[in-house]
Amino acid sequence: MKPSNTQESKFTKSMAWLDARFPATETFEYHMSRYYAPKNFNFFYYFGILATVMLVNQLVTGIWLTMNYVPTGAGAFASVEFIMRDVEYGWLLRYLHSTGASFFFIVVYLHMYRALMYGSYRGPRELLWLIGMAIFVALMAEGFFGYLLPWGNMSYWGAQVIVSLVGAIPYIGPDLMEWVRGDFLMSEATLNRFFALHVIALPLVLVMLVFVHFVALHHVGSNNPDGIDIKKTKDSNGVPLDGIPFHPYYTVHDIHALVVFFIIFLGFVFFAPEGWGYFLEKPNFEMADPLKTPEHIAPVWYYTPFYSMLRAATYPLFGVPAKFWGFVVMVGAIIIPAVLPWLDRSPVRSMRYKGMWSKVMLGQFVVSFFILGYLGTKGPTDVRTAAAQFFTMTYFAYFVLMPWYTRIEKCKPEPDRVTAR
Amino acid sequence: MQTRTGQGDRAMRKLLMIMMLCVPSLVWSATEINWDMEAFDPNLKDKPSLQNGMRLYVNFCLGCHSLKFQRYERTVDFLGIPHEVALENLVFSDQKIGDLITTAMSPEGAKAWFGATPPDLTQVAKTRGGEWIYNYLKTFYSDPARPLGVNNKVFPNVGMPNVLAGLQGVQVEACVQRPKIAENGGEMRDPLIPGLAITEEKCGELVVEDGTGLYSAQEFDDAIYDLTNFLYYVAEPTRLERHRTGVFVILFLIILGCFTYLLNREYWKDVH
Amino acid sequence: MSSDDASHENSVTAAGDDDQNKINTSRRYFLIGATAAVGSVGAVGVAVPFLSYWSPSAKARAMGAPVKIDFSKLSPGEMLSPIQAWRGKPIFIVYRDEAAVASLADQSLDLADPNSDNPEQQPEFAKNPTRSMRPEIGIYVGICTHLGCSPKYVEADNFADSRFGGFFCPCHGSKFDLAGRVGTGYPAPDNLPVPPYRFESDTVVVIGEEGGTA
Repeated sequence: MKPSNTQESKFTKSMAWLDARFPATETFEYHMSRYYAPKNFNFFYYFGILATVMLVNQLVTGIWLTMNYVPTGAGAFASVEFIMRDVEYGWLLRYLHSTGASFFFIVVYLHMYRALMYGSYRGPRELLWLIGMAIFVALMAEGFFGYLLPWGNMSYWGAQVIVSLVGAIPYIGPDLMEWVRGDFLMSEATLNRFFALHVIALPLVLVMLVFVHFVALHHVGSNNPDGIDIKKTKDSNGVPLDGIPFHPYYTVHDIHALVVFFIIFLGFVFFAPEGWGYFLEKPNFEMADPLKTPEHIAPVWYYTPFYSMLRAATYPLFGVPAKFWGFVVMVGAIIIPAVLPWLDRSPVRSMRYKGMWSKVMLGQFVVSFFILGYLGTKGPTDVRTAAAQFFTMTYFAYFVLMPWYTRIEKCKPEPDRVTAR
Repeated sequence: MQTRTGQGDRAMRKLLMIMMLCVPSLVWSATEINWDMEAFDPNLKDKPSLQNGMRLYVNFCLGCHSLKFQRYERTVDFLGIPHEVALENLVFSDQKIGDLITTAMSPEGAKAWFGATPPDLTQVAKTRGGEWIYNYLKTFYSDPARPLGVNNKVFPNVGMPNVLAGLQGVQVEACVQRPKIAENGGEMRDPLIPGLAITEEKCGELVVEDGTGLYSAQEFDDAIYDLTNFLYYVAEPTRLERHRTGVFVILFLIILGCFTYLLNREYWKDVH
Repeated sequence: MSSDDASHENSVTAAGDDDQNKINTSRRYFLIGATAAVGSVGAVGVAVPFLSYWSPSAKARAMGAPVKIDFSKLSPGEMLSPIQAWRGKPIFIVYRDEAAVASLADQSLDLADPNSDNPEQQPEFAKNPTRSMRPEIGIYVGICTHLGCSPKYVEADNFADSRFGGFFCPCHGSKFDLAGRVGTGYPAPDNLPVPPYRFESDTVVVIGEEGGTA
């Protein structure tokens, strides 16, 4: 017993030394051991931590990839193949990054779906939600810039199509497009600026946004599947009765979830890294060729719902060509969730207590999202375009009609205390 | 304990699961191929096949098509060919074992000859797929209307000569009797004479003129299999290593998962 | 850690019946230890690809492959020019006349390691007065053992008390004799390294491979 006691005191002493100079214990307690999270978190509450881990994965493998990547028109494609073949474990780090991008989006989409379902965007978490939306937009841009870097033929033409959207802006479009590309076509100049944005500018922005996302979350506290405020019922010490310290309860919980998640993620990395053409598209194994468009251009799956909506706009309006409205619709679809906190007029937060309308609308929203995503991977036909137009309407209906249907529906009463998971 | 209030999100969860299952597999809508494709099943563990494939590639393809992202050394090491043997039989005289597999033909010369630079084939098994390569190489046929005198079923109006004609022989389009296929997918048999197949004439089929090729039909099929198998290997030389590493990693994670499960359960005993 | 105390005073245990829910501390510590132990194996596993990634690539190794050097045009008293490289390092090939070879054996100079006792600096076959396979042909890696400059070949009078040539490093003034041995009193600590090599023929040497002599 004695030796352990002296060790204990040594530890206490050094912690005291540290705490006098840096808020180590204070920070740990604030964010971990005395951060009281609702005890009824369910499956959907894993995706925040999983997204954080995927961000770290992307950062670390990305740093390693830049060590051998060559951001030049002549060298980019060959350098990726060099990493895949000649560098030890280069194939693994590259697949962790490329397959990781898809998994990053999977967990982020599920994380956002959780917020829609349990009303996590509602006050007092509006700012938390807005920061999250900023992360989402930055992530879309990050993925887009990154997709050009392998300089495969799909990279090239995919980026060409999206950059051409800028040209749809009336009056200044064409000049703006040349300015974005730095050339009259997608070229090394474009590759170099995309590289700079992908490896340093946007990662910095993302890391800072994720940091403030955490700060805001721990300030307002986590929502839960019942959507009720656990701070309303506290014990004599001021600890929420339905709260449990994040550490150790949710740390052990999340560590286990992480292992299970990694079994799935690494299962893909090792056994299906290309995701059957969804994560890495076949034409991208061919070097960029400005004279030859792949037979069928589709962005990576995580953009396809928005790409569908872009293509769905086929009518010119107010003398402005349809191309521009497609751009507007796409940007609108990406950022419209930002106003959710002010669209939702329901007296309750969680889908558990909302009425039938909310459930139906969220259900059709998810269906629309998936169908639009599927249509985006396909070439356009008349039927598909009509379908895309219909589901673009239903996608927006979820948001636009929300102030109305959340007010008229009959909600169930919220309980005072959280229910079982 | 699940309370009744959980039903809403259980329905939501179910919906999400169904949606995920419904994502249809992506079909790569390449140009319509009007040919009954034969299946190709790669085998990276069949070293003799890969060795023969490399031999064929070096002799028949490398003259025009490079494998410029792949090195001789790792290839022959994987295929189990000793360096001396490889240098003598597979590597051009001025190249070293560690060099990339490039072609001696100049791109300009190639363009003058064929109208286009023959593409690098390192990743052709990724862009086109093994099945495409296998069928493509087997379906060249005489077509006097074409500049090179040959056409292809899988790649119509192809600009490449049939370099393997010496092995395969002269293949022509013809009408042949083929067993009639019943609605259930089986071959139809004559109900009166047991075992006799009912046939029908099918045109646009390919037949090799007897005695024009060095190889028998079976030998040629095997050769094309080996060549395709080799290209499948070259497209991703780390594939087997990836699978091997993957098995260990997943097994390790399952073991780690048992411990994290127990740890989680132990702590969550406190929570009611 | 304070976290345990926190859990005690909190609703977690308070909500339950304390008597029935004695926390099994030893089981907890065991599971933490076991998970940490298995997890640290995983951490090592994660480190492997990231560390291996930095080792020379197949391309670098291909560059480091053995090189053939033809020195048929070399006459006595000369060093092969232009200098050829092996693994990107200059390889000095000097042709020593008989008098020079004889001078290497008598050790009149004050040398730091006259008998080539440092096994790091040459393969076993070169542990002799000429530090070479053939007495007249000296082959050395032309990188000064002090701070990595490449010495110059001096045809004669390299050292004050010797009429023979050697190598002189312009960076910090180290001097080596014709067998690449460093003189005492100079900053370089070791003799010039001898690369592994074998003669493919009388006038062609393969650097980077040891084996049969011609």
